[in-house]
Amino acid sequence: MSFLLLIEQVLNGLQFGIMLFLMAAGLTLIFGVMGLINLAHGSLYMIGAFCAAAVAAATGSFLLGLVAALAGAAAAGALVELVVIRRLYDKDHLDQVLATFALILIFSEGTRWIFGSFPLFLNVPDFLSGPITLPGGIEYPLYRLTLIVIGLLVALGLYMLISRTRLGIQIRAGENDREMIAALGIDIAKLYTIVFALGAALAGLAGALVGAIQSVQVGMGEPVLILAFVVIVIGGIGSIKGALVGAILVGLTDTLGGIFLPEALKLFLDPSTATSVGSSLASMAIYILMAAVLILRPAGLFGARA
Amino acid sequence: MIRETYLNALTLGLFVVIPAWALIADEPFTITLMTRAAIFAIAAIGLNIALGIGGLVSLGHAVFFGIGGYAMGILAYHAQTYTPLAEWPFLIDGTKSMPLIWLVAVVVSALAAFVIGTLSLRTTGVYFIMITLAFGQMFFFFTISWAEYGGEDGLSIYVRNGFPGLNTLAPIQFYGLCFVILCLVLLFTWRLSKSSFGLALNAARQAPVRVETVGLDPTRLKLVAFVISGAITGLAGALFADLNRFVSPTMFSWQTSGEIMIFLILGGVGRLYGPVVGALAFVALEHWLGGLSDYWHIYLGILLLLIVLFGRGGLIGLASGKAAVHD
Repeated sequence: MSFLLLIEQVLNGLQFGIMLFLMAAGLTLIFGVMGLINLAHGSLYMIGAFCAAAVAAATGSFLLGLVAALAGAAAAGALVELVVIRRLYDKDHLDQVLATFALILIFSEGTRWIFGSFPLFLNVPDFLSGPITLPGGIEYPLYRLTLIVIGLLVALGLYMLISRTRLGIQIRAGENDREMIAALGIDIAKLYTIVFALGAALAGLAGALVGAIQSVQVGMGEPVLILAFVVIVIGGIGSIKGALVGAILVGLTDTLGGIFLPEALKLFLDPSTATSVGSSLASMAIYILMAAVLILRPAGLFGARA
Repeated sequence: MIRETYLNALTLGLFVVIPAWALIADEPFTITLMTRAAIFAIAAIGLNIALGIGGLVSLGHAVFFGIGGYAMGILAYHAQTYTPLAEWPFLIDGTKSMPLIWLVAVVVSALAAFVIGTLSLRTTGVYFIMITLAFGQMFFFFTISWAEYGGEDGLSIYVRNGFPGLNTLAPIQFYGLCFVILCLVLLFTWRLSKSSFGLALNAARQAPVRVETVGLDPTRLKLVAFVISGAITGLAGALFADLNRFVSPTMFSWQTSGEIMIFLILGGVGRLYGPVVGALAFVALEHWLGGLSDYWHIYLGILLLLIVLFGRGGLIGLASGKAAVHD
């Protein structure tokens, strides 16, 4: 277990966490502002990936694919908000869960119908492929490093958007008192559509970016969605800062756990038992982390409301 | 508009008439479909206790369904390979006896429900939904990496487990067994909802503060409901595994949790017969729409969306003209 490997795994965990953040930020924003639990967020992630893969295959340009992912997911989000989601704001959580579960069925099967069951492939663009040498002589894939940078830039952008712009003021006001801001003459229906489309665009971006490292297929969104739920439970619902911290914690725990738990157990157990027990434990590690956070802080690390 | 009581009697009647017809017409596949419906109904009745009466939106009931399945799978696997389940602290052998498997399934699911419930009930609302979902995912990934019992491929059991005095390999006899259990579970749930515990639980959903004021602990009531709920869904899981003679991590998947919830919503939440109607409707839809199109989940999704947006109270609510039972 060398130092270089450790750094590489930390970077991998960071990259995974940052992509989770893009999902979790949208979820937590939508819940914070509209009070809606959106299971179909994973479908928007999938839509982003499929848009990117289809457009990149047709035009040969990865960047155009990314633009398509952002636009496609945002458009799908806005459409779904206008047709279905806005009828759910004043309903209870059970109805929200069921309606958005129904949307998953529709989106997943619809995508399977259009694109078939076989995975699509989205290639890393040439100017981002290959390794880069970091200070200290560590070789690391340039694309993954780019993902970390993009994610951090998005986090910064979101922070600026929410703390410095007029839209951000409205979003924060919407979280606190929706009747009051409606009374102040702000078109709350339009604000909700914008927030939902923004969350959808973030999910679509994550889907497209991750789609280039993994395969693009139906059902790719839901495992990420559930991890994003774990992230916002840990971070505290409604808190963007919580989503960032939670996402990095989950990303690091999952990646490092998978590598180091079997190694650590080899100190006590024979190698084959250590590998099997270690990988079982590692697959549960983030849920154990979540349970621990819940016991200590039921509202999450940065959550104001339970 | 049909009175709800008649509708319930009609539903139960279908569970007798259809298999009887299938037996005479020699259509064993229809009997298998009805067995599936009966088992799904039991699973959803379990969820109904937590969700319908207790108001606990659990999106992790696949955990108990899967535990029931794996209880059957593991015990029968050790019996069919003649290997002991454990040698220490004392010798435990596998078994092919259904009653024993059911007992293990119920006890282990109840224990799991106690642990998950204790942790999850520290929170409410959306947190509760997400946490139960996450626990389901934890079990799912655990069984995938559990190479000893088939990992991702699951476990096949070659011969269906036995019940004293019955030939469980005959579809109609296994169906009869599942139907009797369904009736017993219905009877139990009906008695439970009328008992002082059921009434207190109902009150804890509607007005937790008042329940607390009269000296009852709403969280404890909900925890007990969650444990009973998990145990019943676990029993259904053991039956389902025996129906297929196969268990795999799919039983733990979040889609399974979603489907159990769909049975309940299709029929009507909080109604005694809601899960039964819903499970029957789901199996009928699955068979009928699945035959029409490979993409039948789209239609299921649209139907579900329409029920949530316009038809609170599910199919029973639509047929009887009475919308939701509560809220």
